[in-house]
Amino acid sequence: MSDVAIEVKELWKVYSKSKSGKVVLDVDDEELMRSIEVSEEDVVAVRDLSFEVKKGEVFIVMGLSGSGKSTLIRCLIRLVEPSYGKVIINGYDVTAMDKKELTEFRRYQTAMVFQHYGLLPHKDVLDNVAFGLKLRGVPKKERREKAMHALEVVGLEKWANYYPSSLSGGMRQRVGIARALVADPPILLMDEPFSGLDPLIRREMQDELIRLQEEMHKTIFFVTHDLDEAMRLGDRMAVMRDGSIVQIGKPAEIFANPANDYVARFVQDRREEIRKADEQIAALNAAKDKEVNSDVS
Amino acid sequence: MFPEAWEFHVAQHLNRGIKILIQNHSEGFDAFSNGLLQFLLGVQSALSTIPWWGYILLIALISWFSIRRIVPTIVLSLLPLLIGVFGFWDLAIETLAIVVVSVVISLVLGIPLGVIMAEVKSLGYVIRPILDAMQTMPSFVYLIPAMMLFGLGKVPAILATVIYALPPVIRLTCLGIELVPKPVQEAALAYGATRWQLLKEVRLPLAMPSIMAGVNQTTMMALSMVVIASMIGARGLGQEVLLAINRINVGRGFESGISIVIMAIVIDRITQGLAKKWDPVKKR
Repeated sequence: MSDVAIEVKELWKVYSKSKSGKVVLDVDDEELMRSIEVSEEDVVAVRDLSFEVKKGEVFIVMGLSGSGKSTLIRCLIRLVEPSYGKVIINGYDVTAMDKKELTEFRRYQTAMVFQHYGLLPHKDVLDNVAFGLKLRGVPKKERREKAMHALEVVGLEKWANYYPSSLSGGMRQRVGIARALVADPPILLMDEPFSGLDPLIRREMQDELIRLQEEMHKTIFFVTHDLDEAMRLGDRMAVMRDGSIVQIGKPAEIFANPANDYVARFVQDRREEIRKADEQIAALNAAKDKEVNSDVS
Repeated sequence: MFPEAWEFHVAQHLNRGIKILIQNHSEGFDAFSNGLLQFLLGVQSALSTIPWWGYILLIALISWFSIRRIVPTIVLSLLPLLIGVFGFWDLAIETLAIVVVSVVISLVLGIPLGVIMAEVKSLGYVIRPILDAMQTMPSFVYLIPAMMLFGLGKVPAILATVIYALPPVIRLTCLGIELVPKPVQEAALAYGATRWQLLKEVRLPLAMPSIMAGVNQTTMMALSMVVIASMIGARGLGQEVLLAINRINVGRGFESGISIVIMAIVIDRITQGLAKKWDPVKKR
């Protein structure tokens, strides 16, 4: 067993406005590649990505909107069909699967948490959490018991019989997480799961995810545009821009040594904050010193 | 002027086609006609075993359960009394039988067709113009051949009604499925839903309000065909309207006309109420 959970090789995704909407990509055909770069009709969302995610790692993909990170996470389980390249997850070549294999793979190997929750409005919270198990054909009683347990883990057991529409955003995302946990797959895909939540709830959810991860040790592929979040959660992170990865490494390293201006600008705000905080602390200390001094005199 | 030399007619070919159909396949058409008639008569006799107060009670119960307000319930259940007062009760039951049979046929055909149309996009390009034709073609154009093939009476009336009433349920089923939010569908796919599971667990339930609106529309369209249907020998309320008009008996025409309106209102409110009950997206 290798310790690689997700392996992405030369992955491309090109969207095309032209009629067929599909692009046949051949990276060796230089002329074609050049024409795609120039073309107004084709948009490169993911450009020649190759990287590995280790087992048990929280891997963050960070970038502004439009940088291709959402497309990337969807390419991993082919919710978006890649134009070129390979995705290998836990030894399964996802890109080579037929429809049936892919369905089976999605049921057992991965679970996804979405920014907009993706809950089923016509099912109550319990049935929403049990949905993945239902698709697998788990009997009703068993899947409800498991779903109830998952709801207890995220602290929503009292809301089991409510419908998603009566829950707050934070609670809905807890349901989304419970739905992913109950499937108990080795890999969790999280597409900006906390971006729609207000800052306090967001922090709470991040803490909760850290707590859960300490128990679960899953491989988490986490997409965000929030540097704070990336720093708090990530073991390693990749910064994306225009479909390419501009820097990859430990969050602290990237924070300390941004590879280029783009990453630097990302990091800058955060540095600014820290500098301000330092100044404030310094000012406070200075004030304290003064007090002490004046007391003495 | 359009050049005369370009004139070309399909009329005589169609006429010959119909003639050949009648000459060579009349047994088939008769058998179909008989089967449909038996079904209709069965429904009709079942409907007429219910006493008049049974209907009032039924309407009261259903409207109370679906609307839950006292005044509309009382008004809805008392309105049909007017039909009886005008002396049209039995005719109204006959009309109801035609409507029920036509609507059942329309739904059995229409809902699956709507689903298929939403699932297979390219099929929509073929079906949509046909639906347009069904809704805009003057009904006599297909009533006459239907009469030639199936004889006078209720069978061609049902066929004409189905042709006219089928499109809304197909369109609204298709539309409802197309309007199911993409993120919800994406989530279901991400958890390994097959195409059939996606349809059964997500698309159909969430399209339900739109489908029920289609059922309601289809029922209304079927009712609006009763007068035309009576012109080819289907009895019922439409026949009364026709007779009254022929005799320039304005008062009688009004009585029978208002009876049709009452049926329409009662059926509309009840199906709408049920549709709301059926809405799977509950708020609690």
